[in-house]
Amino acid sequence: MSVIFILILASLTIAVGFLVAFIWSVKTNQFEDDYTPSIRILFENEVKQVDEPIKDKNR
Amino acid sequence: MELQKFQYDNKIVKWFAYATMLWGIVGMVAGLLAAIQLFLPAANLDLPYTSFGRVRPVHTNAVIFAFVGNGIFMGVYYSLQRLLKARMFSDMLSKIHFWGWQLIIVLAAISLLLGKTTGKEYAELEWPIDILITLVWVVFGWNMFGTILKRRERHLYVAIWFYIGTFVTVAMLHIVNSIEIPVSFWKSYSWYAGVQDALVQWWYGHNAVAFFLTTPYLGLMYYFLPKAANRPVYSYRLSVIHFWSLIFIYIWAGPHHLLYTAVPDWAQSLGVVFSVMLIAPSWGGMINGLLTLRGAWDKVREDAVLKFLVVAVTAYGMATFEGPMLSLKSVSAISHYTDWIVAHVHVGALGWNGFMTFGILYWLIPKLFRTELYSKRMANWHFWIGTLGIVLYAIPMYWSGIMQSLMWKDFTPEGQLKWQFMDTVNVMIPFYITRAIGGALFLTGAIMMVYNLIKTIKIGNFLANEDAEAPALEKTFAKHGKEHWHRIIERKPVQMMIVSLVVVMIGGIIEFVPTFLVKSNIPTIAQVKPYTPLELQGRDIYIREGCYTCHSQMIRPFRSETSRYGEYSKAGEFVYDHPFQWGSKRTGPDLARIGGKYPDSWHYSHMLDPTSMSPGSIMPAYPWLFDDQVDVSSTVAKIKAMKRLGVPYPEGYEKIAASEMEKQAKGIAANLEKDGMKTKSDREIVALIAYLQRMGTDIKKTATDTTKK
Repeated sequence: MSVIFILILASLTIAVGFLVAFIWSVKTNQFEDDYTPSIRILFENEVKQVDEPIKDKNR
Repeated sequence: MELQKFQYDNKIVKWFAYATMLWGIVGMVAGLLAAIQLFLPAANLDLPYTSFGRVRPVHTNAVIFAFVGNGIFMGVYYSLQRLLKARMFSDMLSKIHFWGWQLIIVLAAISLLLGKTTGKEYAELEWPIDILITLVWVVFGWNMFGTILKRRERHLYVAIWFYIGTFVTVAMLHIVNSIEIPVSFWKSYSWYAGVQDALVQWWYGHNAVAFFLTTPYLGLMYYFLPKAANRPVYSYRLSVIHFWSLIFIYIWAGPHHLLYTAVPDWAQSLGVVFSVMLIAPSWGGMINGLLTLRGAWDKVREDAVLKFLVVAVTAYGMATFEGPMLSLKSVSAISHYTDWIVAHVHVGALGWNGFMTFGILYWLIPKLFRTELYSKRMANWHFWIGTLGIVLYAIPMYWSGIMQSLMWKDFTPEGQLKWQFMDTVNVMIPFYITRAIGGALFLTGAIMMVYNLIKTIKIGNFLANEDAEAPALEKTFAKHGKEHWHRIIERKPVQMMIVSLVVVMIGGIIEFVPTFLVKSNIPTIAQVKPYTPLELQGRDIYIREGCYTCHSQMIRPFRSETSRYGEYSKAGEFVYDHPFQWGSKRTGPDLARIGGKYPDSWHYSHMLDPTSMSPGSIMPAYPWLFDDQVDVSSTVAKIKAMKRLGVPYPEGYEKIAASEMEKQAKGIAANLEKDGMKTKSDREIVALIAYLQRMGTDIKKTATDTTKK
């Protein structure tokens, strides 16, 4: 039976570790650039297609 | 900085898109067939292959792994290349992945129709296919991580985290739940038994929903919704929180499928607590998706793509509100085993997965073929027909589910159960009909979409290799001022994968290990003995015919259930059940204590024509059981396999198994003959009757009663 306590303790330690790390990161302003990645995906550097003949549907 | 030129592989995306459309229609047709059989049992054509117990697993497997599966790969292969500014790692791996997955689907469909099943919901496929799935999944992961490693974009966009989380967790779930011992090429027994099997299975089953139907589609949402709306996601920060909190909490929620069952109480409570917590990350994600459209709602009015995506995200919100609510023990007491659950999963499947897939297809196909959608009007019609279909599907199922549950629990003032089970089935019929109409509408919409997209494909010009250019990734990364701590993880995909694995493993370990290790969780009952060879063969027929899709074998400790079915089920009764057959739906009554309730002849007539014994029954007939012989040659292998799993048959039992089996079968045949039913003792029906008559009887025997083995 005692193995339950060991496991719960071990798991909770890690879980709390994640929580602490998360709170710490928020408190220390580490979510600074949380904007650029969301904008970046909207831009595709459209390249003019040259090597692909327009009518070739089978490729 | 050097500008590198490369090409995106659109061909693989196109293939997966075609497969998504094809299997979507196939899976929905199977679903419609199953739905029709619930009010018109004759729709099973009296064939073993098309009876409900086999069609239903075909439907669930087809829509989850074939339709949604291909939808995931379509979206991942398109978005991953563009997010990473790189072509897929290997065209060969892409091809192996594609054809391997289609092969799995075809094998799955054939084997399920033939009745080759493990009997574990959503993991029905037999062991050779399980191995194939593992291999193809590894190919997918290899290809994805290879692409990530050769990327030209340092930051991993939120969608990619979801893909990584999906890959890692699904691999773990599939392997753990599929551990089984082969008996022959198409037959295996689950390694786990009873309560443990149930816990593993629903840990898998719940997380199949979480990590196959949810996280990959959230990844797709974070890519395709901003792209379709041409707006950045509402809050990138929220998406970071969304991802980590979701994968951390989801993995613990499995036991909410087993409330009030024989699973240890602490495991049930753990499942409930985490299920309730799940609403926070789920709704965080939903709100993030919907608010992405702030200031763009005028586009939603015009654009069918956005309409589909908006309803998909809304359906996700509804389903993830309902999930935590259904996980409350008091709500589960009413909703479990009823159509309410069917409604719940279909809001998710039709709304979230279905509409998300449709939206992406409508956006993607014209883009791949460099043209406009053939008919926007038709797409809008599809949207409204599909939405109506969801409404007509879900509302009757909510209604019927709650109504049936309340009828099951209804007592007369004298303290008797008010309704026979059959009464509660009869009132379901109009709801089943409406549900089938809803499903048919949804399917009609999907067919319109396929037509519309084929027309689009015909007028378009496909671009197999799309030119792109991006600067190469600098070898060493220079830190620019203050950094997010988690950027380190995001930059390194391997670390990222390991961290995800650790996070999800914790959840698994804390729930499993104690149940495995702690004997006190499964009280052994002295009277409970292994199945006889005939009963074991009968049990395998029960599994083959998919009886578990409509019948539970788990009586919960409620007065309404114990007065209807008998003593509530105990964990110790299932220790030899490889696999467990508790079921999750009571379209028919619970069977946990069916043994001895009726004479053999009742079962004989009932299996030949259920309405002869229960007028109004919607159960299909099983005429083939009366012609087919039990496969006696497999008995020895089955007993041996069971012994290897720790079932305590006496030493050398497999040698006398055949004669024991014959003896018992002759006894049942003689019993049937007394009631005027002539059958040969080697028929499958005899074995099935042996199993049915054994079920739940062990604990009724007194410890001194040794007359029956």
